[in-house]
Amino acid sequence: MQHSFAYFLDQLINGLTLGSIYGLIAIGYTMVYGIIGMINFAHGEIFMIGAFISIISFLLLGAAGVTWIPLALFIVLIVAMLLTSVYGWTLERVAYRRLRRSPRLAALITAIGMSIFLQNYVQLLQSARNKPMQPIISGGIEVLQQEDYIVSLSYMQMIIMVLTVVLMVIFSQMIARTPLGRAQRACEQDRDMAALIGVNVDRTISLTFVVGAALASVAGMMFLLYYGVIDFFIGFLAGIKAFTAAVLGGIGSLPGAMLGGLLIGLIEAFWSGYFTVEYKDVAAFSILVLVLIFRPTGLLGKPDIEKV
Amino acid sequence: MTAVAEPGIRLRRLDVPAVLKEAGLTALVIFALTFGLVGFETLDVPGGIDINTRFGDVAAAVAFGFVGRIALILLREHRPLPVLALAPLAAAIMLMLLLSETLFGPETGAVLKAFIPFHDPIVLWSLAIVAVFFSIRAALAVRDMSSGLSLEEREERVDRLGARVQRGARLLGPVLLACALVFPFTPFADRQMLDIAISVLTYVMLGWGLNIVVGLAGLLDLGYVAFYAVGAYSFALLATNLDVSFWVALPFAGAMAATAGVLLGFPVLRLRGDYLAIVTLGFGEMIRIILLNWYTFTGGPDGISGIPRPSFFGLADFARNANHGLTFHEMFGIDYASSQRIIFMFYVILAMAMVVNLFTMRIRRLPIGRAWEALREDEIACRSLGINPRNTKLTAFGIGAMFAGFAGSFFASRLGFISPESFTFIESAVILAIVVLGGFGSQIGVVVAAILLIGLPEIFRELQQYRMLAFGMAMVLIMLWRPRGLLAYREPTIRLGGDRKAGS
Amino acid sequence: MSAVDVLPVDFADEIPGGGTELLTVEHLTMRFGGLVAIDDVSFRAANERITAIIGPNGAGKTTVFNCLTGFYKPTVGRLSLHHPKGDVLLERLEGFRTSQSAGVARTFQNIRLFPRMTVLENLIVAQHNKLMRASGYTVFGLFGMKRYRDAEAAAIELARYWLDRTGLVEKADWDAGNLPYGDQRRLEIARAMCTEPVLLCLDEPAAGLNPRESHELNRLLIYVRDEHRIGVLLIEHDMSVVMEISDHIVVLDYGRKISDGTPEQVREDPAVIRAYLGEPEEIEEHVREALKQDDQGGDTTGEGG
Repeated sequence: MQHSFAYFLDQLINGLTLGSIYGLIAIGYTMVYGIIGMINFAHGEIFMIGAFISIISFLLLGAAGVTWIPLALFIVLIVAMLLTSVYGWTLERVAYRRLRRSPRLAALITAIGMSIFLQNYVQLLQSARNKPMQPIISGGIEVLQQEDYIVSLSYMQMIIMVLTVVLMVIFSQMIARTPLGRAQRACEQDRDMAALIGVNVDRTISLTFVVGAALASVAGMMFLLYYGVIDFFIGFLAGIKAFTAAVLGGIGSLPGAMLGGLLIGLIEAFWSGYFTVEYKDVAAFSILVLVLIFRPTGLLGKPDIEKV
Repeated sequence: MTAVAEPGIRLRRLDVPAVLKEAGLTALVIFALTFGLVGFETLDVPGGIDINTRFGDVAAAVAFGFVGRIALILLREHRPLPVLALAPLAAAIMLMLLLSETLFGPETGAVLKAFIPFHDPIVLWSLAIVAVFFSIRAALAVRDMSSGLSLEEREERVDRLGARVQRGARLLGPVLLACALVFPFTPFADRQMLDIAISVLTYVMLGWGLNIVVGLAGLLDLGYVAFYAVGAYSFALLATNLDVSFWVALPFAGAMAATAGVLLGFPVLRLRGDYLAIVTLGFGEMIRIILLNWYTFTGGPDGISGIPRPSFFGLADFARNANHGLTFHEMFGIDYASSQRIIFMFYVILAMAMVVNLFTMRIRRLPIGRAWEALREDEIACRSLGINPRNTKLTAFGIGAMFAGFAGSFFASRLGFISPESFTFIESAVILAIVVLGGFGSQIGVVVAAILLIGLPEIFRELQQYRMLAFGMAMVLIMLWRPRGLLAYREPTIRLGGDRKAGS
Repeated sequence: MSAVDVLPVDFADEIPGGGTELLTVEHLTMRFGGLVAIDDVSFRAANERITAIIGPNGAGKTTVFNCLTGFYKPTVGRLSLHHPKGDVLLERLEGFRTSQSAGVARTFQNIRLFPRMTVLENLIVAQHNKLMRASGYTVFGLFGMKRYRDAEAAAIELARYWLDRTGLVEKADWDAGNLPYGDQRRLEIARAMCTEPVLLCLDEPAAGLNPRESHELNRLLIYVRDEHRIGVLLIEHDMSVVMEISDHIVVLDYGRKISDGTPEQVREDPAVIRAYLGEPEEIEEHVREALKQDDQGGDTTGEGG
């Protein structure tokens, strides 16, 4: 069965779905790294918080009797984006802003500290157990049938992929056309110069964190709906893989982040499908190492010439 | 509100609406943060999840945030008197509520305890500590303002205090060592305390080992636990399969770990800061996953058990009756005591840690040690001086890994059982935190940080569940306050004006 | 391109300024993607002479240095260093080896010291390779053997010598990052000299120095040239330094060599004047404009040219 096209297609769909989730998280990493040159270690936790806020929102809506699914999805999406963005904003304002000119190691330690803090914060508030949720969206369409193997594309998978594409388009346009986007690109290139010509650097950086957090929260909601269960630790692994995706695609490049995310998702799906599932994370880490050794600027990144 | 103005600082008019607005924004942010995750609690009930509300906590958090922000603004605007008046009062009220049962007896106490606005008293404890902190800040501000010293003079005083602390820190080393040597024979060194002390010393050794990589050579290693694991598993496998004793296996374990260090380091050491950190994290995780899944070789999640304890340098056993050969108590003509082994373990780890420490102090004064520090300062300049960056970094990485391997063997031998559970990323983060919080490059700092981060939580066992939370917060707060670490001070390795012994 | 493929350049017999050939640069070209930073530059630098490389900003001067000292790999070119122990092809050497094997030392445009190490430590680190060998790659050193202790003492002596020459003995135990700017520049030179090079490459050593400090720098460089008998290669914008101490000047503009000769020759070279000041017609135009404005201010001396 493993050698059939149907099986391949199944893994492909799984991979693209998973990859979309990784891609949305990866965008947060790449934008923050582009603008302040640090890895926001706690970004995975932002994703996890987005998932938790989503599950709480769904449960409340359910209890309040809101049963029309599109409305529920919409409300949860907005609520999750809003509340998670506050976490993103606060993270930067409290932990990172003061260390902008400090040695990089200090910022890294702070980020790790915030990551540990947020994980345990959620764990203490919501208990360490898994949080399952009844599937809200079920069913799908049948794409292909080969012998007894049915490949289906579920509605959930479709929603995830479509929503991701829509968000990508919105944010690409935002970066390319709006003043915020221009300010962001200016800050990426030369922060001091941008400040001198009147760009509000603090606000630009804050907004970068907010946007990254919003996208991560969408990923969190999608994760919840797709897998049906979350816990306080999902941010760690998802975070590392999303960062790998950002590096793979080229750090600083938005389309690169999404491309990297899709690739990582595909690699993970194919590895699990065709080899073993236990070592799929090892595959992801290995990709990271290989990319950094052989093509450190990633697939879509620009080569970095060392200025002496 | 009047306040004593000081030379050089002009008081601005206090714009009350602006202050309220700023505090209001803080309150709003806290509301947004706490409403979702604090306000609602997901309860695990059979069949799914239920929701419970905790709005009281949210309201209290918002209120405290509002008030706290106002206090911060007042301090910032050089008006500490109101804070000095009210913060201690607040702290007193909070402590009274928290300790109401001991102070007022069980019945009144229970009634008062109901007034605690938070589900978990620990939050009120933290806020009480914050209130105390505000009181101290306010008191210092008032003293400064009425002392008549200018800003420069005050800063000078702080600098001199800092210098005195650092000079004192150099004395602290030998003092701590002396304390450690006599510790097992002091009255409060019971079984539990010895255990804690051994844990602390293990982390001190790991911290000193990582200090070579991170502190001296400036390589961000987030996967140090991998080498700890390699050492532990090497020893465990040798001991359980080939009956090799601890002392014979120790060098092998170190060599295995060092080899792992060189192999893992070789492809990645040329990467820049943050990237190196992530990659080494990845390696650490990979090793753990491999250990977890390679059932036939490593026992998988079951781990390896039945690891023998170390003997007295291979000469005598620490049992009551030896299977073969001498027992320790027979050898020295004393009665058997179960504490003999654990005291021996204490001295073993103390000795191992001191070896790392002395090695570090020595190697800083040798060319390779200086090259590590130079590489940390500016790699491009090093290249222009003919220093081979790759080999230099690999040496640091390998030696650091070797010491982790030694520590790993000790760990395996002490517990008698190891599993991949003990070698998670959190361990690497803890060890890195110990190095950085102590002040990277500072040997004494590592000891202080290890005592604080490992010793304290062990002693306050009831607070175990908050340990990691406090840990994360401590990392953030210390970095914000002192980005270089608590006791960061670099002792030069050589002086033209007379050579002083390089300290910690 | 390998050295074999580079055609030898037919230089004139004498190097401007005299001296024996120490460094031969032939057909050096450096391309970054589509950008040509250096375009077919060839020149020679003599031993016991000071050779200055000058030119407007962006001319490619630091890029030449980076190619010579192993930071860039030239796209094309042969860079031969005529070391007393034999010729070395610099373009073949891995980064750090240009100092280790070829004896080429350099300083940087934006000073690169080890700021948290002391002045003395900076100079000891410069003698790393020598000390590593003496310490038996650390082993002898760990056991405190005499051989290493002697070597370290000798290294301190060399460091003291250069501290003396650069006026930094009093500050030997200061953190390098705390030195005033002028001292930092001199420390960098002292550090480079502690590697005992045969060719010293200085990237804008006079940048940011006041006239008195520039004068001291001149004396230091002349001392290095005469007493230590090595070649000095110098990138500089400060003409008072260049004209006063150079034996030989190479001028670059837009990555190409536009002049090569003694200071007197270069000073008169119309190509150089054009590069720095613009075309003669442009100059005339500028002067006319300026004088016209003077006219409108009431002055009547208005003649162009």
